[in-house]
Amino acid sequence: MGKGAAPKKNRPLPEGADLPASKGDPYFPHDADIGIATCGKTLEEAFVRAAEAAFSLMTDLSTVHPLQTVDLSFVEPDEELALVTWINRLLTESDIRRLAFGRFELERNAAGRWHGRAFGEPWRETHPRGIEVKGATLSHLSVKHEGGLWTVRLVVDV
Amino acid sequence: MDISRLENLGPGRWGVIPGTEKKRPPVVLFGTEPLIREMDDKVLEQIVNTSRLPGLAGAAMTMPDAHWGYGFPIGGVAAFDPGQGGVISAGGVGFDISCGIRTLRTNLTIDRAAPSLEPLADELQRRVPAGVGQGSSFPFSLPELGRIMEGGAIWAVENGFGEKADLDRIEEGGCMPGARPESVSEKAKIRQQEEMGTLGSGNHYMEVQVVDKIQDPNAAKAFGLFEGQILVSLHCGSRGLGHQIGTDYMMDFVKAAPPWKIALPDRELACAPIRSEAGQRYIGAMNAAINVALANRQILSQTVRNVMEEIFPGIVLHTLYDVSHNTCKEETHRINGKSRRLWVHRKGATRALGPGHPSLPSAYRSPGQPVFIGGSMGSGSWILAGVSQSEELSFSSASHGAGRSMSRHEALRRFSGRTVKKELSSRGIHIRSNSLRGIAEEAPGAYKDIDLVAEATEISGLARRVAFLRPRVCLKG
Repeated sequence: MGKGAAPKKNRPLPEGADLPASKGDPYFPHDADIGIATCGKTLEEAFVRAAEAAFSLMTDLSTVHPLQTVDLSFVEPDEELALVTWINRLLTESDIRRLAFGRFELERNAAGRWHGRAFGEPWRETHPRGIEVKGATLSHLSVKHEGGLWTVRLVVDV
Repeated sequence: MDISRLENLGPGRWGVIPGTEKKRPPVVLFGTEPLIREMDDKVLEQIVNTSRLPGLAGAAMTMPDAHWGYGFPIGGVAAFDPGQGGVISAGGVGFDISCGIRTLRTNLTIDRAAPSLEPLADELQRRVPAGVGQGSSFPFSLPELGRIMEGGAIWAVENGFGEKADLDRIEEGGCMPGARPESVSEKAKIRQQEEMGTLGSGNHYMEVQVVDKIQDPNAAKAFGLFEGQILVSLHCGSRGLGHQIGTDYMMDFVKAAPPWKIALPDRELACAPIRSEAGQRYIGAMNAAINVALANRQILSQTVRNVMEEIFPGIVLHTLYDVSHNTCKEETHRINGKSRRLWVHRKGATRALGPGHPSLPSAYRSPGQPVFIGGSMGSGSWILAGVSQSEELSFSSASHGAGRSMSRHEALRRFSGRTVKKELSSRGIHIRSNSLRGIAEEAPGAYKDIDLVAEATEISGLARRVAFLRPRVCLKG
């Protein structure tokens, strides 16, 4: 689930602010930080889209080559807290390894363990710079399954 | 904010009209009517929720620059009594633990500096790592990082970053006691190894400013300020380490809340009893992060000194003051005439000690503590001085910045990074940033009027205005 997710689904940010925010983008307003709302046919897909939205704030994902792979796994039965954990684990791995991530995959096995994978490369001068995402918060956090679609929302601290 | 829900308690002070509960929530909002009206209703909701946490002492408060945060509002102040089941909240400190402002004063005037401002901006951008993906010029081993977590700015000075005289002008003398590096996760430590001496992004900045107007000549003299003087201000915090600690403990507290039987009106207010083992572990980790932030600003200050000494031979840079605005500290305060030891959360709020306070360096005992209200790029900043009455009003707390007037999303819709940079350049303000998006999100128009915030801070009795600073160079992440 979530495998092969296309990184360009969310709006890229090559020129940052010079692109107007538009309907259909995965962001919603928050006073100091930035809200992310994404959906998917599966929960895993919605989580992957949320990761793409978070990392799109930092660079244009289409410029990131998948030269390195980082695997991570965690157990979190609460789906809302799993979303926060997923994003925070990715941010931590990106920070520790000094990597820009451009593509993500996520699965959950029958035992409830989440297995994620991020693809990226070390930051290069040619990566367009957006803003640093520091962490996922519990603000406006929700995971909903309605009409066959999973919708997830959270606020990231920038 | 719907002001019909509030009643005026005095100059710049507002309380909540009791609703169906018929009991007034222990909440005070500071600010003039226009600023209160401009605040989101969410600010009121968040501070009322905060006031419901166990062991609150006095009232939960918002400063005039308050805006909607997560759990606590940004610009929120709340003190808790450990003897009455009081709590410590990771969200009440914020993710960027000990984010704060360091201001350096120089003997340089704008007349001498003006011709060299653009080269100065370029050199600062070259030497100061800022923004996404920018690692440190000073990577440290994990054992060294452990010493930084315990020593703060004192460690930095002992290792060649700055001068001993700086320490006297930093809160806690540059080192927060009670740090427990063993309470900090390995992930947090590894994250920080290559982030010492980096500025970060978002609302963090390094500014070269000129003293534009002196409002209180006596305090200005005590602070060593004069009109036309060049100052440098740094706004940043504990970088990745602080964020990882905030993340780690927030999740721990959320999961641990049921056994403590703490009813959380908002999960983001996740907290632990101060006297619990988890609460004490967080306090130890938070203190380690405070020291990392103090060391980080000390390292950055030395980078600024090195650059400016090269460009302006003979320049002298002294630390005016270094004060954090995302902390929780144990302090003594008087409530209803009784002295109590309290843990005071200041999230996006500056400690503002009044004249005579024993924690102040001797040079500032008479005017009170320097208080910084940082603006955004084009809008300027204010230096204020602590006043005695804020002890009773706000546990000696005041505003910390202009406060956003619109979301980043809305700022992106309204402003273009290129246009903002060009417009500021035409006003003699040189912006340097690798991110046009960052410039647009931080556009001066996205913030409240800094003058109104500083004025409201004075009207509310939280601090008094000393000097207005106009930016000339701004480095953003």
